[in-house]
Amino acid sequence: MTEAPPYPQPRTCPYEPPPGYAEIGERGPILKVRLYDGREAWMITGYRESRELLTHPNLSSQRTHPNFPIVAPRFRSQIARTLALIAMDPPVHDTYRRYLNPHFSLKAVRRMRPELERIVKGYVDEILDHGPPADLVRLLAVPLPSLVICRHLGVPYEDHEFFQDSSGAVMLGTEEESATAAQNLVDYIDSLVADQVKNPTDGLLGTLVRERVATGDIGHDELVSIALVLLIAAHETTSSSLALGIITLLEHPDQLARLHAGPSLLPGAIEELLRYIATTDLVATRIAKGDIEIAGRTIRDGEPVLVSGTLANRDPAVHGDADVLDITRENPHHVTFGFGIHQCLGQNLARIELEVAFHELLTRIPTMRLAVDVADLPILGAGTVQRVLSLPVEW
Amino acid sequence: MSTVRVEADRESCISAGRCMAANSSVFDQDDDGIVVVRTTHPAPEHRDSVRKAAYLCPAGAITLRSAP
Repeated sequence: MTEAPPYPQPRTCPYEPPPGYAEIGERGPILKVRLYDGREAWMITGYRESRELLTHPNLSSQRTHPNFPIVAPRFRSQIARTLALIAMDPPVHDTYRRYLNPHFSLKAVRRMRPELERIVKGYVDEILDHGPPADLVRLLAVPLPSLVICRHLGVPYEDHEFFQDSSGAVMLGTEEESATAAQNLVDYIDSLVADQVKNPTDGLLGTLVRERVATGDIGHDELVSIALVLLIAAHETTSSSLALGIITLLEHPDQLARLHAGPSLLPGAIEELLRYIATTDLVATRIAKGDIEIAGRTIRDGEPVLVSGTLANRDPAVHGDADVLDITRENPHHVTFGFGIHQCLGQNLARIELEVAFHELLTRIPTMRLAVDVADLPILGAGTVQRVLSLPVEW
Repeated sequence: MSTVRVEADRESCISAGRCMAANSSVFDQDDDGIVVVRTTHPAPEHRDSVRKAAYLCPAGAITLRSAP
């Protein structure tokens, strides 16, 4: 038996898999990996097998299970183990999801486009006023998703720095930082929900108070836990995808030139970038609640299992030249948003934010280029959101 | 060439919108975000995009049957 390789591993390039993943991919589509705490877990690296696993009825998201895979110390906390939706199975998961679906459907999100365009135009105005070199992380990638989710939820944007910092600490901090930040967020959202119960406003929080809390469908604390997840999930993932997407395009000038020549290629280019970048690296941490047969192996009841988005998105069994960025790829299928009932609630909002932001940048700053070598960009993250801390560009 | 009949299970739909993104003349979403099939027997030119819609549905809510 070959020893189980460690997972996750840190990237050395913001958009390429860690060097050690090649060997893991070769041993896929299913193998055992070793987590930071020394425990082993099943790992799925195949695209088709990921879809099969994530729709299997014996798969569970119950993070309180003693064998649930913990991929970094910050996920040990009680808050991380009891996240609404993410750490839930049906039927409660499905009930909550149905409360939220109308507000994140493709149709609902398309109605938000004019407002998103206004917001993005304002940020790009600021970038142009600032002049080169401009840090696109600070001036666009971090504030955009933050403002958008604050407006959507009806949360005061004056507090956006608190949200940004807290959600960043929850996702990327040490165990202690993560737990403290999550508790601070809970306390803050708790008071927001209390305000909304007294005086519901137009945003999603107010709507949920009117439609679900007032009717007794959910309690105050349940709404707090739902709002917490929406805030955390909306910040880091979109922000990182935006920054990493820009870097990836700037580092592939041939693809960028095709996009300049054919702006209608943008939606397809975004899918390809989502595939290529695999912002979250791991797209699922789960536990089997019954035996699961997959790719000729059996994941036994109570065994932990992970899905590598980084590897599934580049599965050579599905994608020709999987390691090549091709913005006109016919089927840029990926599991970056997951698959099955937990597939990302905010995926359409994320896509449209990326589309509007890329369009505005490409149109108004067509000669944009990195102001530093890609190897000198400060990057962070292994096993969850890949993050770039600054992105200086010039033009 | 045979045509397909499109069925969507509104109970298992999770509003991901992949179907509507693939083909908005065959698939729509209602006010709850749940899938609505606009035409159960789409014209042959929609065949590929309808297949793609079924393939990309994360909830497996779309079924294609061959129609006589």
